[in-house]
Amino acid sequence: MTAAILSALLGHWRRNPLQLLTLMVGLALATALWSGVQAINEQARSSYDAAAATIGEASYSQITAQDGGPIPQQTYIALRRAGWAVSPVVEGRLDTIRIVGLEPLTAPRDLGPVRLGNGVDLGDFLSGAGQIFARPDTLARLPQTGAALQPTPDVAPNTALTDIGVAQLLLERFDQIDRLIVLPDQPITQQPLAQIAPELIQTDPQQGGEVAQLTESFHLNLTAFGLLSFAVGLFIVHGAIGLAFEQRRPMVRTLRALGAPLVRLIALMAVELAALALIAGALGVALGYLIAAALLPDVAATLRGLYGADLSGELSLRPSWWLSGLAIALGGTAVAAFGALWSLARMPLLSGAQPRAWVMARQGSGMAFAAIMLLGLAAALGIWGTGIVAGFVMLGALLIGGALVLPPFLSLLLRLAEGQARAPITQWFWADTRQQLPGLSLALMALLLAMSANVGVSTMVSSFRLTFVGFLDQRLASELYVSAESAAQADAILAVAEDKADVVLPLLWVDRLVAGQPAQIYAARDHATYRENWKFLHAVPDAWDRLARGDGVLINEQLYRRTELDLGSEITIIPGRTLPVLGVYGDYGNPIGQVIVTEPLFSEAYPEVRALRFGLRVGPDKVAPLRDALRTDAGLGDAAITDQSTIKAMSLAVFERTFTVTAALNALTLAVAGFAILMSLLTLAAMRLPQLAPVWALGLTRRKLALLDLLRAVVLAALTATLALPLGLALSWALLAVVNVEAFGWKLPMYLFPLDYLRLGGLTLVAAALAALWPAWKLARTPPTQLLGVFRNER
Amino acid sequence: MSARLLAFLLLLPVQAVAQGFAGLGTTADGFTNPVRGTALEFPADHGAHPSYRIEWWYLTANMTGPDNITYGLQWTLFRSALAPEDGQGWDTPQLWMGHAAITTPDAHYVAERLARGGVGQAGVEVSPFRAWIDDWIMQGPNLDQLKVTASGTDFAFDMGLRAQGPLVLHGQGGYSVKSAAGQASYYYSQPFFDLSGTLTLPEGDVAVTGQAWLDREWSSQPLAEDQQGWDWFSLSFDSGDKLMGFVLRGSSNFTAGTWITATGQTTALPDGAFTAAPLGWHGVAGRDVPIIWQVTLPERNLDVVVSAMNPDAWMTTSVPYWEGPVTVTGSHSGIGYLEMTGYEND
Amino acid sequence: MLLRLTDVTKNYAGNEKAVLDHVSLDLEQGDMLALTGESGSGKSTLLHLIGGLDSADSGRVVFDGIDLTPMNDSGRAALRRGSLGVIFQQFNLIPSLSIAHNIAFQARLAGRHDPSMVRVLVERLGLDDHLNKYPEQLSGGQQQRVAIARTLAARPQLVLADEPTGNLDEATADNVLALLQDLVIENGASLILVTHSERLAARLPRRAYLRAGRLT
Repeated sequence: MTAAILSALLGHWRRNPLQLLTLMVGLALATALWSGVQAINEQARSSYDAAAATIGEASYSQITAQDGGPIPQQTYIALRRAGWAVSPVVEGRLDTIRIVGLEPLTAPRDLGPVRLGNGVDLGDFLSGAGQIFARPDTLARLPQTGAALQPTPDVAPNTALTDIGVAQLLLERFDQIDRLIVLPDQPITQQPLAQIAPELIQTDPQQGGEVAQLTESFHLNLTAFGLLSFAVGLFIVHGAIGLAFEQRRPMVRTLRALGAPLVRLIALMAVELAALALIAGALGVALGYLIAAALLPDVAATLRGLYGADLSGELSLRPSWWLSGLAIALGGTAVAAFGALWSLARMPLLSGAQPRAWVMARQGSGMAFAAIMLLGLAAALGIWGTGIVAGFVMLGALLIGGALVLPPFLSLLLRLAEGQARAPITQWFWADTRQQLPGLSLALMALLLAMSANVGVSTMVSSFRLTFVGFLDQRLASELYVSAESAAQADAILAVAEDKADVVLPLLWVDRLVAGQPAQIYAARDHATYRENWKFLHAVPDAWDRLARGDGVLINEQLYRRTELDLGSEITIIPGRTLPVLGVYGDYGNPIGQVIVTEPLFSEAYPEVRALRFGLRVGPDKVAPLRDALRTDAGLGDAAITDQSTIKAMSLAVFERTFTVTAALNALTLAVAGFAILMSLLTLAAMRLPQLAPVWALGLTRRKLALLDLLRAVVLAALTATLALPLGLALSWALLAVVNVEAFGWKLPMYLFPLDYLRLGGLTLVAAALAALWPAWKLARTPPTQLLGVFRNER
Repeated sequence: MSARLLAFLLLLPVQAVAQGFAGLGTTADGFTNPVRGTALEFPADHGAHPSYRIEWWYLTANMTGPDNITYGLQWTLFRSALAPEDGQGWDTPQLWMGHAAITTPDAHYVAERLARGGVGQAGVEVSPFRAWIDDWIMQGPNLDQLKVTASGTDFAFDMGLRAQGPLVLHGQGGYSVKSAAGQASYYYSQPFFDLSGTLTLPEGDVAVTGQAWLDREWSSQPLAEDQQGWDWFSLSFDSGDKLMGFVLRGSSNFTAGTWITATGQTTALPDGAFTAAPLGWHGVAGRDVPIIWQVTLPERNLDVVVSAMNPDAWMTTSVPYWEGPVTVTGSHSGIGYLEMTGYEND
Repeated sequence: MLLRLTDVTKNYAGNEKAVLDHVSLDLEQGDMLALTGESGSGKSTLLHLIGGLDSADSGRVVFDGIDLTPMNDSGRAALRRGSLGVIFQQFNLIPSLSIAHNIAFQARLAGRHDPSMVRVLVERLGLDDHLNKYPEQLSGGQQQRVAIARTLAARPQLVLADEPTGNLDEATADNVLALLQDLVIENGASLILVTHSERLAARLPRRAYLRAGRLT
């Protein structure tokens, strides 16, 4: 019996290959977008974990300085001699590469991807110029150090491992370490940490480490986009399944009349769908791999540029990823099919045999109510919500609410248009369009989501770019930026600059924890360059004068938003001295906090910090001579001298990359929505004949009907766009004012870009027209006999 | 002795091992070799000799607790040089390793420490004497009066030592031959320590008293190529006499030793004078190790059975070996320490 | 002469025998012709050719002095809008429009919308209560009456009815046909009624019988 029922059920797909295609492609696309994004995220996380594993963050407790600063090596020795089984790590960047110095004799045996003592000669590692372990591509970018290069594929990306002594030498961090790995086995006689080194703090193992925390919101962002894409795909799947089940109602009735048990029927349909979902899911995961592989280089570039996080550019396939892709395909299908199966299960045997395609439509009022509730929730969250999760819930409520409000909204517009119409064909056009609405509404919702996401993200990106470019113009005021390799070279630079440059602005900073947040403390020389170019978001009067007197500090927006700090708040920047906050400045593009103190105060607190980088102000015509002098007299290489425009270009490039990814996802979402429209129109085509045949019989040519259908798709897309625009703007406001603040720590002014929206609207209309083209062409070619068949009983 | 050397050098894996024992057998690049007839100078020679490849400060002790329970104790600081230099900071080629253990009749506690020289984590200073690695310390105004501490995850000890006799030089004035081919080391001992202190065990603290034996040895190339393991005995007889003897197992065994009278007079024993033959074996850590020995020294009419107090005194260190207290019965009775290496997994 | 068919032949791809085989027929203004025949005899096809809904393979269809044969799609559509009224067995109505709009639709297409006439038709056909409803809310007989009202509101010269009562019970069918006949006469139009029912055919003054594609 099962076989007989199955063959009857499967016969439906054989006769409706297009429906099958819609279902499979919809599901595959949804899964692909979702799993593509997941692949990127997982790749990133595993890279972070690998990076953290290098210094044991994930599996071992760590001891660091409470202020985040370096730990004197003597403190390490003191701890060892007090019975602490700890191992020192020094970390830093050589060019862009993360150098990690380990001490192999005290480090845990399983630390890092390179297990010393396991095929590695400890003697070579410790002797002479030492050895550096890294991936071949990392080694290739490493400057010449004298150490022997050891290609090792399982080291974290962009990371080089070496002995702590070598690392201190390369990083010029003599007698300094950054953290201590606490071994799990500690001797029973041990003095308390607070007694030996009260300035240190022990923290528990943490997955992924600091970088993972820093980039968490970025990945949440990606995940949200993945979910959005998946939701758009589910609209397609839902539509396809709903239609297929509606059309199979008569068959289900017949089968039941013939004695097939309902439970078995439902179960078989569920199994059938599950099988289809698995096939489509597998296709989707494979497709997702391609998407991820295509996007990964941009994501990697973004993460490195923005957060200094190192990501491998090579995508690896993980079984867990395959499984999660298949699971989400199954889950999505279950969600999409539940309603259809449920209503089939409750269908009385003797009724409802007719397809209820138009009944599907009549559930408008519940949807409108849900839509209003969701939009209300979004508004409430916009006003009172805090935190990035609230931000994303708000986005979700906004989008789903917007999607749900679309059908009633369109219906209303069409009714108004119909009321205004005078000519019979116009009137019929509007009435008929309204009748198509239920069949098309899922596809139109998908289009709405895609469009609003597009409007939202493009507004955010463009606002961001505008703000950021302005910000760079303000901030990068010095004509040349130079960096010295040593104190001696710094002196040489100063000597040259004394003569040839108008102003020398040293860049002095230390990394410290401020109010519990990772931050950099910068020294500012009292100079017009700062006063003229730095714009405050909030400031007390005479902030610069007071700063110059050492009466306070300036903090960046990130620190301001992440902590309780406000104007006048006292913070301890320098041991033993609290200073009030005098001003808050915008600091776009910087993921961490920043504090500015005046130079004398800084030098007093951190006398050991010497300026190795300088901004040089000089008249435009004197740039070239200055550069020459620096080259010849101070022995600076070209790499050590950067001019303003180069830095601006580099900074902008990072941000272009940041949003390439979202733009790509946007385009994909729009394409998926176009596909949804195409498939809806194709499946509707067969059902439309009874609606079109009478009009044709009354004297409209098929060509004209086809043109009207094409126009209808464009009109619907245009009407959808009228809702998508405000929704998209609301979305971009949410992104800029809520999510952005949470994710990056800065709030951006929102600018409007009408021309962009017009272009997007045009694109959408073109997409809709393209999607409607084939169905319309098919309609124009429908043989009259097929139309006439509508009127005949013996079909 | 050589066992300890090998244990440490095995820490430098692969290449050193690939050259095998030979790594110790060849004349190391630039390292100083012991020279027959060199007079040892104290206290300078209590300190480190960085131009020699290997060196150790090796203390073993037999002790008794309040209930007449017997205990064994080990505190060892090894030095191994990657190059014959001293140097400062992380650059130094001097590496240090500590082993500590307490043996009870039914338990054996072990700890190990590793350190780089040059940064202050480990080292030896002569006057006042101080040898340390991390929080493990052996120190005193001089070598006659020492305080020794060590700790692991499940034990610790804190001992006071006082020498009751003179230093003892092995071989020819401290020049100790290790093979028929002439490999040798500098080797002296202080076997006359009285000891008292506290053992910290999982069950609680135990006050103990007993006697300890300190070995000092350094060399650059102490073994022949074919030597694969050794059995080393330090025995203290009730008569007050002491015997140090070892068997280096190779294609043909090489033995040597020193007979030490109660007053510290020494007689070096030539190859073959001292014999040791396994009488009973015990399975530990997946291998069979002889834990009952017949030891003879015909010229002293000595014929004794040496039995491990705890057959499971296995050192689970980076390179594992057997080291534990023994009891002596037969023509002479007494106590002592036994070390065995080179017994491979079955 | 309102309509003249000369040697009209029609075949469909895959059929061995022609559906219509050299059919000729004349119809005068005011004629009411019942076209009968077995299922598949080609009577509906003939009606479709006259209505410009389909085209003949050979022969000529001349309506009101105009030859339909060389006409393109839009010419025929214009003819249907302006001069003809077609009533089918089912699905005559435009589902998206209300009954009132359905009735007025064709007349407005033809540019001949006359509200007073619509009122008369609605009254005659008893549709007053249904004007704001939609087609799917009406019974089969009511739907066909709406189709009649729609057709006659456009004042066509010729009404083509293809089994207009085929889905209705006998009493309703008689009633609907009587109304159609009366209204065709009242409006001075002509009628070709395709039916397989001898009983209904007998009520029209003129009859033609199609057998195997030939008119007898």
